[in-house]
Amino acid sequence: MKNGPLVLAFHALFIAFIVAPLAIVCVVAFTPTGYIALPTEGLSLRWFRAILDNPRFIHAFWLSLGLGLVSSVIATALAIPAALAIARFRFPGRDAVSAFLLSPLMIPHIVLGVSFLRFFSIAGINGTFAGLAIGHVIVILPFALRLVLAAATGMDPAVERAAVSLGASRLTVFRRVTLPLILPGIVSGWLLAFITSFDELTMSVFISNPSTTPLPVRMFLYIQDNIDPLVAAVSALLIAVTAVLMLVLDRLVGLERLFVGKGSH
Amino acid sequence: MLRARRIAPYLLSAPALTVYALFLVVPLASMALIGFQHFDFYGGVKPGFTFENYAQIFGDGYYWEIFGRTFWIAALVTVICGVIGTFEAIVLHRMANPWKAVFLLIVLGPLLISVVVRTLGWALLFGSTGLVNKALLGLGVLSEPIQFMYSVTGVVVALTHVLVPFVVISVWASLQRINPAIERAAISLGAGQATVLRRVIVPLAMPGILSGSVIVFALAASAFATPAIIGGRRLKVIATAAYDEFLNTLNWPLGASLAVLLLAANVVVLYASNRLIERRYRAVFAEGAV
Repeated sequence: MKNGPLVLAFHALFIAFIVAPLAIVCVVAFTPTGYIALPTEGLSLRWFRAILDNPRFIHAFWLSLGLGLVSSVIATALAIPAALAIARFRFPGRDAVSAFLLSPLMIPHIVLGVSFLRFFSIAGINGTFAGLAIGHVIVILPFALRLVLAAATGMDPAVERAAVSLGASRLTVFRRVTLPLILPGIVSGWLLAFITSFDELTMSVFISNPSTTPLPVRMFLYIQDNIDPLVAAVSALLIAVTAVLMLVLDRLVGLERLFVGKGSH
Repeated sequence: MLRARRIAPYLLSAPALTVYALFLVVPLASMALIGFQHFDFYGGVKPGFTFENYAQIFGDGYYWEIFGRTFWIAALVTVICGVIGTFEAIVLHRMANPWKAVFLLIVLGPLLISVVVRTLGWALLFGSTGLVNKALLGLGVLSEPIQFMYSVTGVVVALTHVLVPFVVISVWASLQRINPAIERAAISLGAGQATVLRRVIVPLAMPGILSGSVIVFALAASAFATPAIIGGRRLKVIATAAYDEFLNTLNWPLGASLAVLLLAANVVVLYASNRLIERRYRAVFAEGAV
């Protein structure tokens, strides 16, 4: 069925609603003046240059990058064998294992944040990189697990049996048959886990300290004090980077498959 | 060999399960426990067991107001997202490629962008530039500017933007499972566009609409960044109230009790509604490839 003119008008408004806040961030980022004024008189890169003179944002960016890489690699490494167990075996407690491993999706991040604040304070690692990495692994593991699980479930087990019957060892089967077949799921699961870690604010805000502050936390604390073109410039850069990663993910799995059932199962 | 097959799945999932036991179950339990301890403004947290934090929350109108506001905001956001998200999913479903793929990317893409960035966009539109009010006044939709910053209206608009993609994707997924012949059959039997939508498409997409809305409700009720930035200090919701208790007042027992209540409400809503949706729409789920 075709969309009528009224329906298309709704669609245009909806798209405008979705794009507007992101567009305004990008426009404000090019402000030539020292304050926010619209319409702007000309465009300027001064606020992007100003980021380079602001070591707190630079430091936070590197921290978030490192945190995202470390935690997404650990989460994916834990998710792969668990996904294979759930996809390949029928065992008592299988549903419980899968529900348990996906359960962080149902827990508000604020609850995880206060729990980790308490736990890490006792353990003496609050505000450290290790503490943040542990918290992030818990939060992002379900995302990696879901995509690896989908790849492993979709794979034909007969291919593995064929390899075994041809004399391949367990390890060879995994390395030469299983792994290549589920690789797209692993890569996209890892990438989604990385992005989720890189964006995480609500939990991290509790377990960071002034010297160990991931980028979203740094930006949040900055926005609470003042909103200026500098933080818009940082945000515009993030939008640009995310757009590139989004296209990669869309190519790999399709964005629509990435988010079905997010937040529950 | 058989025995190996029996223990293999446990061995494979053991690393992840161990990490969860140590770093999820233990922290959650210790947080729940601290909610039953006494807090003293001079001496800090005292050992022991008491229900006084819960008594304080339930006995104080201040917290009732925060709970009421949180669920009111979540309910409004859920209804708005449910309606416009469903409609947009149907519009997208009827489009042809390449537009379909392009717009799907535009609608879902923002989910990957940090909530801080998206909320900053709304703070700019509402506050510093006042663009939303200028546009609405210019179009004649409003005669007087609306207060968006530090108001429920502003938080609802921004949260709707943050969460509506979840409804679009959920409805989209269930529309994909509808056999297009059903729609054509309805038309050939004389049904008009509106009738097909109301009697065929929406009922078949209902599991998607409901499960998308449930996700939106849960995420809206526990949202932190958007209410903190748009709502500010005074317009508190449960998440921002817990934040203040933990990081400003340092009353951890009270903050932990708030967190426990939020978690309990969240789990009950998600679990109960998922069960309900599954039971009510078992036929629809069984029919499509889930």
